[in-house]
Amino acid sequence: MAAPAALDLTRVFVADPAPEAWLVILPVVLCITMGAALAAIRKRIHLHAPLAIATLALLAIIDAALLYRVSTDGPMTMVMGRWLPPFGIAFTVDVLGALLALTAALVALAGAIFALSDIDTNRRRYGFYPFLLFLMAGVSGAFLTGDIFNLYVWFEVLLISSFGLIVLGGEREQIDGAMKYGLLNLVATTLFLIAVGYLYAIFGTLNMADIASKVGHQSSTLPLMTLAVLFFAAFGMKAAAFPVNFWLPASYHTPRITVSALFAGLLTKVGVYAMFRVLVMLMPGALETLAPLVGIVAILTMLAGSVGAIAQSDLRRTLGYWVIAGIGVMLSGLAIGGIQALAASVFYMMHSMVVMTALYFLVGLMAMRSGSFDLKSAGGLWKSSPLLSAIGLCLILSVAGLPPFSGFWPKAMLVGAALEKSHWWLAAAILTSGFLITFAGGRIFLLAFWRAASVEIKPARLPVMSVVALAVLTTASVAAGLWPEPLAVLAKSAAHGLYAPETYIRSVFTEPRP
Amino acid sequence: MIETPLILLDGLFFAASIYLMLSRHIIRILIGVALLGNAVNLLLFVAGRVTREIPPVITSDVLPATAANPLPQALILTAIVISFSFFAFLMVLGYRAWQTLKTDDTTGMRFAEPADEPAPPEGY
Repeated sequence: MAAPAALDLTRVFVADPAPEAWLVILPVVLCITMGAALAAIRKRIHLHAPLAIATLALLAIIDAALLYRVSTDGPMTMVMGRWLPPFGIAFTVDVLGALLALTAALVALAGAIFALSDIDTNRRRYGFYPFLLFLMAGVSGAFLTGDIFNLYVWFEVLLISSFGLIVLGGEREQIDGAMKYGLLNLVATTLFLIAVGYLYAIFGTLNMADIASKVGHQSSTLPLMTLAVLFFAAFGMKAAAFPVNFWLPASYHTPRITVSALFAGLLTKVGVYAMFRVLVMLMPGALETLAPLVGIVAILTMLAGSVGAIAQSDLRRTLGYWVIAGIGVMLSGLAIGGIQALAASVFYMMHSMVVMTALYFLVGLMAMRSGSFDLKSAGGLWKSSPLLSAIGLCLILSVAGLPPFSGFWPKAMLVGAALEKSHWWLAAAILTSGFLITFAGGRIFLLAFWRAASVEIKPARLPVMSVVALAVLTTASVAAGLWPEPLAVLAKSAAHGLYAPETYIRSVFTEPRP
Repeated sequence: MIETPLILLDGLFFAASIYLMLSRHIIRILIGVALLGNAVNLLLFVAGRVTREIPPVITSDVLPATAANPLPQALILTAIVISFSFFAFLMVLGYRAWQTLKTDDTTGMRFAEPADEPAPPEGY
């Protein structure tokens, strides 16, 4: 900032935050407070589950209210310590952030319910529910913050909670997986910190709205390309994009199935979200040059994910590769560019959060029934649990992107946008990866559900609450497939907010910027 | 000026950390990660100007032009806390890995992904 002639303190402080502005930070405050409270009552372990489920239900309600407010009245901002931005740290919520925060809250709620039967008392004693709430604090904070350095901090919050979750139980595979997960993610966040440092050196501010308003009239000599590539590398590593995707299938199948499900639903998507926020809103010029590279990465990610899944015999590892394939689809929206493609990516992100979590739940229940995660020994599930098989069919068709399930519409929108801009190779890659996923999914259905059981296994009774959690997520996916219109409209408005951040900037800086 | 030697030192930090992180042994990778965190902190610190005896306090109306920028220092403070705690966690995890897995060599750590995994069945 250039030194002002005189400091007018009335222009630096905000008088009083509007009462509804508290809604903006409430998700984070709630999660941290309740997480700390649960950690404090660690001796009364039976209270953990009901309190955590109640907290997450409240979080979902708050996020829904936030989404309603933001989609009717435009972005909302709350500044910390009453300092006006760019001095104070701002939490700014737009449609994109609120939409993803709400989806994340719903997924976490389903996870907390599923955990009732999956996480035993011993693992609860080591703090499963407090870690889950801290994870949600990090995820919500990352989606709702309006400051790049804050985004870094929330990334670290969710990372340290995920470290806690992934080693829960301390088995050999878990420690091996956690080592790779931890090291790679730590290097990625350090890369992110380097990029933040350079960003501050270039713009002299870390407030996203401030940067977005300054980037319009910057000189082309600024090293924005270097910065954009650094951010792309850091977030690509977080999101498990192609050359740096190997940590995900190495670690995601090792923890308890609830933890894997939550990781698959939440963590990589935060990386994609950050990529959208930084590259589309803050550096649109650099993204234009970078788009071919993003496209190549997207294609390779999709193919690596869907081909890798075919080679797996362990059901959980197949799902790990499907997570990667989904990341590729989201990145292809970034490569195509334009509101249509980006809206499709946002839609796909929500679909992927719900469906990947549900798929891990499904696999968990399948293993509970047949005793193993291995495709070689699975079988006979169609006869022993028809409901589980029907849910499985819905989810497999949904992740493959076949109509009428939720994966179909965003993929159709993406292919349409790609062909419109004559990126036929991206359209071909999306369809090919969809075909390969159908292949792997069809094999799972054929072997695990349809094939007669090879050995007589006395099936365990499936826990009711876990089936309910799975059924709710599947219903959400089917409903989104049958009535995609409201979600598509919201996703379009989210993409519009990224491409034209005027209302975002105006929400942070009430006065017009010089 | 003190900046130039600090920048050179920082480059050395980065080079050394990348060299260490390319190693096969967990303990060297960990030291590389710690060094990388320090390299980034030093990078931010130098980017915020290194000057002596001009505190970044607004006395009259304007900040003296030669004063160091206080914000990167605040950022480093946060980053140090975070990277230090993560390093501590990973040290413990690495020690536990050595205890449980009986190896410190990443090529031998194939417990989550066994090397000789059979292919999935091709049919009924």
